[in-house]
Amino acid sequence: MGTAPASRDVTSYGMGLAAPLALFFLVFFVAPLLQLLWLSLHNDTAALHWGFGQYLHFLTDPFSLGVLGSTLLLGAEVTAVCLVLGFPIAWLYQRVGPRLQTIIILIVLLPLLTSVVVRTFAWIVILGRQGIINATLQSLGIIDTPLKLLYTQFGVVIALAQVQMPLMTLPLITALGRIDPNLDDASCSLGAGSWRTFFRVVLPLSLPGVIAGCTLTYAAAITAFITQSLIGGGQMLFMPMYLYQQASTLQNWPFASAISIIFLLAVLAVVSVFTTLGRMSRGYGGA
Amino acid sequence: MAETQGGRSLVVDAVTHRYPSGALAVENINLDIKGGEIIALLGPSGCGKTTLLRIIAGFIAQSQGRIIIGDDIVDALPPNRRAVGIVFQNYALFPHLSISENVGYGLAARGVDKATRQREAQRLLELVQLPTMSERLPRQLSGGQQQRVALARALAIKPSILLLDEPFAALDKNLRLDMQIEVKRLQRVSGITTLIVTHDQEEALSMADRVAVLSHGKLEQFGSPSDVYDRPQTLFVNTFVGASNRMPGVVVSADRTAAKVRLDAGAEIIARPAGGALTEGGRVTVCIRPEHLQFVGDETGFAGVVGMSLPLGATVVHEVTTADGSGVKVSQARIGETRALESGAAVRLAPLAPSLANAFPATL
Repeated sequence: MGTAPASRDVTSYGMGLAAPLALFFLVFFVAPLLQLLWLSLHNDTAALHWGFGQYLHFLTDPFSLGVLGSTLLLGAEVTAVCLVLGFPIAWLYQRVGPRLQTIIILIVLLPLLTSVVVRTFAWIVILGRQGIINATLQSLGIIDTPLKLLYTQFGVVIALAQVQMPLMTLPLITALGRIDPNLDDASCSLGAGSWRTFFRVVLPLSLPGVIAGCTLTYAAAITAFITQSLIGGGQMLFMPMYLYQQASTLQNWPFASAISIIFLLAVLAVVSVFTTLGRMSRGYGGA
Repeated sequence: MAETQGGRSLVVDAVTHRYPSGALAVENINLDIKGGEIIALLGPSGCGKTTLLRIIAGFIAQSQGRIIIGDDIVDALPPNRRAVGIVFQNYALFPHLSISENVGYGLAARGVDKATRQREAQRLLELVQLPTMSERLPRQLSGGQQQRVALARALAIKPSILLLDEPFAALDKNLRLDMQIEVKRLQRVSGITTLIVTHDQEEALSMADRVAVLSHGKLEQFGSPSDVYDRPQTLFVNTFVGASNRMPGVVVSADRTAAKVRLDAGAEIIARPAGGALTEGGRVTVCIRPEHLQFVGDETGFAGVVGMSLPLGATVVHEVTTADGSGVKVSQARIGETRALESGAAVRLAPLAPSLANAFPATL
């Protein structure tokens, strides 16, 4: 009897199997990130002089801070719209028959099955000066001059909300599906109306799904380069485009790197707020 | 907050419910339940007993008929305004709320302030003998404890009717008996009219003042446990409640109180016409419980051959094959040294008394 096989812990195999992916991440994610950090710590475009000049520049420049602020705000708005519109769909999904469930899940997934570029162009057709909305409103005589929908914050939020909706709805559907339907009946039989049942039972128990959905939607919305740029146009500048301009057009790689790092930290901060909320919600109870 | 409403009556008046597909879930159910009674709705799964419970609670609107609680017809009231307490089979405690908050949930919905809620929750937790559990979460409690909390939560709203849906099915046998005693004690203390849905006949017979036996959506019999067990009105009740031997035969002569039946197994016995009048020459099914058959030494009764004897502690059950090839079970009390019967021994069997054999018209 050999001694080695007996002493071998079966759980140790897991690490070895994860090695290829770990290596992949190391080479194509961690290394570039470190390079980015290194680059951002130079004061000149040629990356010869060390210093925090790029960060100082960003953090004292009202324009740059404005772009960061409007990007984070955009994420919050899109997340809010997705949550408010997505929750009823997820709720409905859990209360209809299997055939309707299939239809709902198809509608929810459909945006994922078409290219982001195609979806975004569809929104240009809908929101444009001669687009579907303006043409309809004008032909009905409700407005005389076309509304400005494209190239506005409103347009970007609406388009992004539609594009990112599955990221909110899918976790919500999962979370709501885990709730015992008897809890609804129990709440009702104890005298609670529908709204009390929703706010005291359904919403608290679906919080893990809400947090997951919000995190995914938020992260996707603020980094959605294509939709932001096409619907926002030249007048609306968000972090991904700002970053792209600095790197590609102006060839200011150290500043672009600093923007990336700051953006990354800002996103991490927001995501960790969500995660903390999620952890707190496990002890949710209140009075 | 109204004072205790325990003891309100419940009338189920000609309630019929059809599924959207058109199939009948329950058909023309009539129950007249006095205030403070414990009633068991007994039947196999799929008999419509849970549907009936959900109709009474207001979760399902019946197709026809009325539900009357006390003096009020409650058909128009949604479940949250019927003041009907329910204990669910899986307890359905709110997993994110503490035990105290679970019990106080119904009071919060009625706008009772927090201090009163906590005081009342504590009082009820003491009533169900869990005074120290108020700050725990449901998942930290055992099954039996969760059930006590579910009871306390249902009682907190001072319901006019208490509905228990298969309340003991998830508990192991010893705990089940404890909880049955506990529920009966609480019911006696509170005097609340209680309806227990169950498929367990022992549970129904031991806990309920009256038992309603349902089969295929129809009410088969509604009576005291001894009525249901000793004077079953239908063949279904006779065979579903307790064990019973079914012996086919032909009516020789019959009046209202007694019928002479020639069993296919080969004897003429006197039986009670249990399911209404019998006609001479008609086919009947005679039900005799295993404990109501005895071995006889003379030539009365019918002949059989012993197949197997099973000593079950206090009783011995013998399996006997009769002349027509059907099997009957005979249960003998084990008094002193009950002699074991050899397999293959020829015996003769007869009912203990004519009133203990029930004859029902045979259905094809």
